Amino acid sequence: MTGIRPDPSKLYNRKMPATWWLQKKSYFLFMLRELSSVFIALFLLVYLYQIYQLTQGPEAYAAFTRRLSSPGWIFFNLIAFLFAVYHSVTWFQSTAVVLPVRLGERLVPRQIVTALHIGFWIVVSLGVLILFLALKD
Amino acid sequence: MTTEKTTEPLWWALFSVVGVAAENKVPIHIILVGFALPLGWITDTGALYRYGWVKVYLFVLIVLPLYHWAHRFYFALNDMGLKPMNKTLAVLCYGGAIIGTAVTAWILLKV
Repeated sequence: MTGIRPDPSKLYNRKMPATWWLQKKSYFLFMLRELSSVFIALFLLVYLYQIYQLTQGPEAYAAFTRRLSSPGWIFFNLIAFLFAVYHSVTWFQSTAVVLPVRLGERLVPRQIVTALHIGFWIVVSLGVLILFLALKD
Repeated sequence: MTTEKTTEPLWWALFSVVGVAAENKVPIHIILVGFALPLGWITDTGALYRYGWVKVYLFVLIVLPLYHWAHRFYFALNDMGLKPMNKTLAVLCYGGAIIGTAVTAWILLKV
């Protein structure tokens, strides 16, 4: 896949203040969604570090898991969870716009497509949960 | 007007793959690793991480969002007015994701 881009030297570049995304709710929500990737990545690095503890022995693994029960870590995980859910829900909302579903002549309403995607997402998440519980010991 | 071909659409298309393959599974992992284990709702020994296919799954789960982070964070910082230093930011963001890939592979192989 390739795209075509005009000669940059001939484009007019309007100066944007660094705080443009604070000026409108939709811009702010867009930037929150962009920043969700930071919290998702941070959580995954913590998870990776927990897995790394296994190479240091079962005690190190258990100790790190206990350390994650401190209020600070629970708060961090709560924030990361909210960002991750926000990322997924907005993902399904935009999928319904980008890939409209037709039934014969009629377009299936967006809300229904989004709801079906979210339902499927919950089923997949439950699948991960069941596998985790089945294999954890 | 002169035109130049770019590979940008390909990179943005990768976003859809990352979203479907990895990021939508992050919330359930946060519930498990961030709440259920530390708060003692469930216990585990880590035996899970010795299965080969679990390692492959975790490699995808952890590595793809790192590139997603690199791409998003790079553009977000540019949009927030750090464009003058975008070369340095690119090295930090994409370089970080590449190092993260190597570290993830090393840890998963070692477990």
